[in-house]
Amino acid sequence: MSLRHVKVLMFGWEFPPYNSGGLGVACQGLVGALRHQNVDINFVLPRRVDCQSDGCHFLFAENVGNGKLSVSAINSILSPYQEKKSYKETLKQILSGKVQSLPYSNDLIDEVMRYAAAAQSIVANTDFDVIHAHDWLSLPAGMAAKNISGKPLVFHVHATEYDRVGIPGADRRICDIEREGIMNADRVITVSEYTKRRVMEAYRANKAKIRVVPNAVNIKNFQGPDVFSPLKKQGAKVVLFVGRLTFQKGPDYFLKAAKMVADLESNVYFVVSGAGDMERWLITESARLGIADRVFFAGFLRGQDLARAYKMADLYVMPSVSDPFGLTALEALASGTPVLVSRQTGASEMISHCLKVDFWDVKVMASKMIALLRYGALGDVLSQNGAQEVTKFDWDESARKCVKVYREVLTA
Amino acid sequence: MSRHGGGKDLKFISMPAICLYLHCHQPYRLNKYSVFDIGTHRAYFDDEKNLAILKRVVEKSYLPTNRLLLKLIKNARGKFMVSMSVSGVLLEQLENHYPAVIKSIKDLVDTGCCELVSETYYHSLASLYSKEEFVQQVGLQNKMLKKLFGVKPTFLRNTELVYNNEIAKTVSDLGFAGILAEGWDEILGWRSPNFLYKAKDSPLLLLVRNYRLSDDIGFRFTNRAWKEWPLTAEKFVDWVNLQNIEDKEPITNLFMDYETFGEHHWKDSGIFDFLEAFCWKALENPRNSFTTPSRIAAAFKPQGELDFWRLVSWADTERDLSAWTGNKMQQSALDKTYSLEKRIKQTGNLKLADEWRKLQTSDHFYYMCTKWFSDGDVHKYFNPYESPYESFIAFMNIYNDLDIRLKSYPLTKVEES
Repeated sequence: MSLRHVKVLMFGWEFPPYNSGGLGVACQGLVGALRHQNVDINFVLPRRVDCQSDGCHFLFAENVGNGKLSVSAINSILSPYQEKKSYKETLKQILSGKVQSLPYSNDLIDEVMRYAAAAQSIVANTDFDVIHAHDWLSLPAGMAAKNISGKPLVFHVHATEYDRVGIPGADRRICDIEREGIMNADRVITVSEYTKRRVMEAYRANKAKIRVVPNAVNIKNFQGPDVFSPLKKQGAKVVLFVGRLTFQKGPDYFLKAAKMVADLESNVYFVVSGAGDMERWLITESARLGIADRVFFAGFLRGQDLARAYKMADLYVMPSVSDPFGLTALEALASGTPVLVSRQTGASEMISHCLKVDFWDVKVMASKMIALLRYGALGDVLSQNGAQEVTKFDWDESARKCVKVYREVLTA
Repeated sequence: MSRHGGGKDLKFISMPAICLYLHCHQPYRLNKYSVFDIGTHRAYFDDEKNLAILKRVVEKSYLPTNRLLLKLIKNARGKFMVSMSVSGVLLEQLENHYPAVIKSIKDLVDTGCCELVSETYYHSLASLYSKEEFVQQVGLQNKMLKKLFGVKPTFLRNTELVYNNEIAKTVSDLGFAGILAEGWDEILGWRSPNFLYKAKDSPLLLLVRNYRLSDDIGFRFTNRAWKEWPLTAEKFVDWVNLQNIEDKEPITNLFMDYETFGEHHWKDSGIFDFLEAFCWKALENPRNSFTTPSRIAAAFKPQGELDFWRLVSWADTERDLSAWTGNKMQQSALDKTYSLEKRIKQTGNLKLADEWRKLQTSDHFYYMCTKWFSDGDVHKYFNPYESPYESFIAFMNIYNDLDIRLKSYPLTKVEES
């Protein structure tokens, strides 16, 4: 078997532009780079979605056994990100047109199992050397594939259930799936040292099995020209938040800090980009705090719009409560924007040229935000050095590490 | 094995006079200062941390080293001698908390075999920003040295050995006979550091550091990856003597951090034993000797002029100022600090001036250096902050508090228009 052409059967869950968070973005980046490493990828998604990636062959689990099937885009609750509200409740919102979501079915665990069942036929009809499953949603499918084919399984942990909802809120079933995956996989890839430790602590994973392949960023997507919005033209400063509006990402801490900053600094505005279960609460909270005129909710930005938001910002803040990585920090750095990150993230351990804070320390967060907004030299140096540092987060480098993992499991 | 090869009988050929000079300094480190502290006039300096660090270096380095130096001076009956400089801000801290160390320095000075070199009291970069400040700070240092040790130094060293032709003029005008500087290849060219030189267009004498030999002890002593590890006194004295065989180079300037002994290299590395053995091994050859700057000035004529056309320091591989002024944060912080000079002096308040001068200590700006921050290099080891950005934020918050305080001071002198 030639190692130069590893064939990978990759089970994913979302892919841009049909993604609601970082998982899809990370998959896209990794897949694109693996292509350059002479890796042939069959990327499986649970349902047909309209996405493109050169050199990557998409299989759709839904087609299996049913011939051609076109699925009407049911507004569905499903997302890789478990959120607090019940599915029934969210479904109600969707049907009334309030929430845009991905075209998947309305019971998550069922969907995951259906996916796993569909994997059987895919395995029968595909030629591959290694199975690579992204996060718990893809895991049962990956494990099924391993059982049938006997080929090695690589489980790629982008986040654990504990990161997403914290320990009290964790869904037992999801934790069980993650645990089983970690035990059965031949290798476990984590996106940061931070996540590696979490996986070892939470699931008593065997250290020897774990490999860290950091997430990265496509820098050229964020190298557009400077943005001169009317707001900036009149000398205002902008502090940006990008992320799902949910517990894990700490948007409530962002708001608290924003209030402290707004009280001292008059010409500063806060832009919140993202969607999620906390959205309504955040809007009313900003009003309650008296800063509704200083906080703009931009919705879920992507592509050019997102790039422009980063460019326009004077500071990007990532106050995550627990983030296995934090792709948005890299995106901000690539845009030349200074970054303030929570220490409870994978990214904070890997980036030197940024400001850091414990997510709960709102006063310190506000203090550093103000310092950055006031002391121009600080922003200049962070911007320059950050943009330089982010070049080491290269998908080609991550892909190389991935291929190394493939080689390990194939020669074991 | 000797580094330069050779195998001649060294006994009667070489005559290097070894000038061992130690520089000693501890800054007043800053308190954590947030934006919300601005205007509260909360204390700027972290007394607790500074005292804790002082305790450590006094016990591990200052007391044992001075004890050893005194012993060597006495036992060698005047043949062993050393020179040193101790920054004013450190002398102050020692005076307040560890007077035994002050006494131990006085004991050394009183033997006549320990020469003190002057500098800026506040270990500052005033030479680059304000000639008046530089002159005043040297004056304060001289006053302190007179008060504590009864000496008037004839040689000076500028902070971090920062030196160029311009500085020569200022120092010469202050009445100093000579200055210490870095023996940097770019300046020396084909010349050797093992001679006495003079400054360009000035009578000021120049003693330049033999950085290779100095750093063998200062940096490489505990580096196991170094080809020459472990460094023995025999080996080192051979190298010193070998410098002199071909060219009869009369002096060897070993300038290093005082804390090399006991702090950078711990006692169990054998650094103290090395120092002792080095003293005796060197003196085994009757043609070797130890010397000090003023004795060199008396015994030798300058070999020629050295043109320090650019600012040179003893820091990093570049030997320039980039460790303190290389990035915008540093430049901004330094500019802002010195921009307060006029207003500070107008208040006529000595305590305020002292606080402002403690903010000038070069260490604060060194902590803001981002040069190799990602690679976790030597800068990080000495940095009490999590990152250079944190140090800049703390400094600027303090600066802004000082700025506000200044605004509330009545002026004792009327501003001239």
